[in-house]
Amino acid sequence: MDLIVGKYNYWIYIALMMIGFYAMIAKGNLIKKIIGMNIFQTAVFLFYISIAKVRGGTAPILWEKAILYDNPLPHVLILTAIVVSVSTTAVALALIILIYREFGTIEEDAILKMQEIEPRRRTDSQQ
Amino acid sequence: MIDFALLLFLVVCALAAIQMKDLLSAIMLLGSYSFIMAVVWTRLNAVDVAFTEASVGAGITTILLIATLSRTKRREMGQTVPLVNSVIYGVVVMLTSAVLLYGTIDMPLFGDPGAPAYQHVAPRYIEKSYEETGVVNFVTAVLASYRGYDTLGETAVIFGAGMCVILLLRRKI
Repeated sequence: MDLIVGKYNYWIYIALMMIGFYAMIAKGNLIKKIIGMNIFQTAVFLFYISIAKVRGGTAPILWEKAILYDNPLPHVLILTAIVVSVSTTAVALALIILIYREFGTIEEDAILKMQEIEPRRRTDSQQ
Repeated sequence: MIDFALLLFLVVCALAAIQMKDLLSAIMLLGSYSFIMAVVWTRLNAVDVAFTEASVGAGITTILLIATLSRTKRREMGQTVPLVNSVIYGVVVMLTSAVLLYGTIDMPLFGDPGAPAYQHVAPRYIEKSYEETGVVNFVTAVLASYRGYDTLGETAVIFGAGMCVILLLRRKI
């Protein structure tokens, strides 16, 4: 019982991470892959924030009544990581828009099929 | 109890977001997922992280996704995945989760004050940061003062990403 109460946070984060991972490898739609990547990233963040929690701790802001504070370091790391994750999402989405302009679709299998049929024209038009 | 309910709701939101055929609904579900995540982080006392997630994660990411959607197709085409492939995907996901579950055996219990993450540098920040920086919020003190170069690097990453997006989406003459 102690084990279940003590570790369910970690198990939930594993479940979320695997949902995101599955979307990234199994879904053919590129925007779905980005959604999966976002879920994956937030799962990692949840893991870090869970590490920072201390039983009986208050938020890491100076307060004379506080006995114990939560660990501020993982919070700092995750603040940075959230912003970086948005940057990766933005670049990935810009690439998706370019792919759509080039191929007219954002489905992975359709793009691969088009590349098989006419690989010459694609490289020509890029120059 | 409410924490557990919120975490379960997160899992349901994530599952729904990746199963939706309509991409706009999927993006909205992702936005609500991010907001629930912000609530979970407030419950875990990570207030700075929570409002960053609510503004940046739920706000900007959703806007970027919708902007992309307006330039591409809204519906996801159902594709026929060969059975072998779906078996491989399932096995890969199962194996990875098994490895991660094995990893949690050695993890300290949730909220344990004796956890290694709470031993080395964190107490130092908590005890000294007000004297040394004069900032009441420890997270801000560490972010802007002790790990200032880290934040500078983060800014460089955002700048690089912004430049990438501009260069990629620029109209060719």
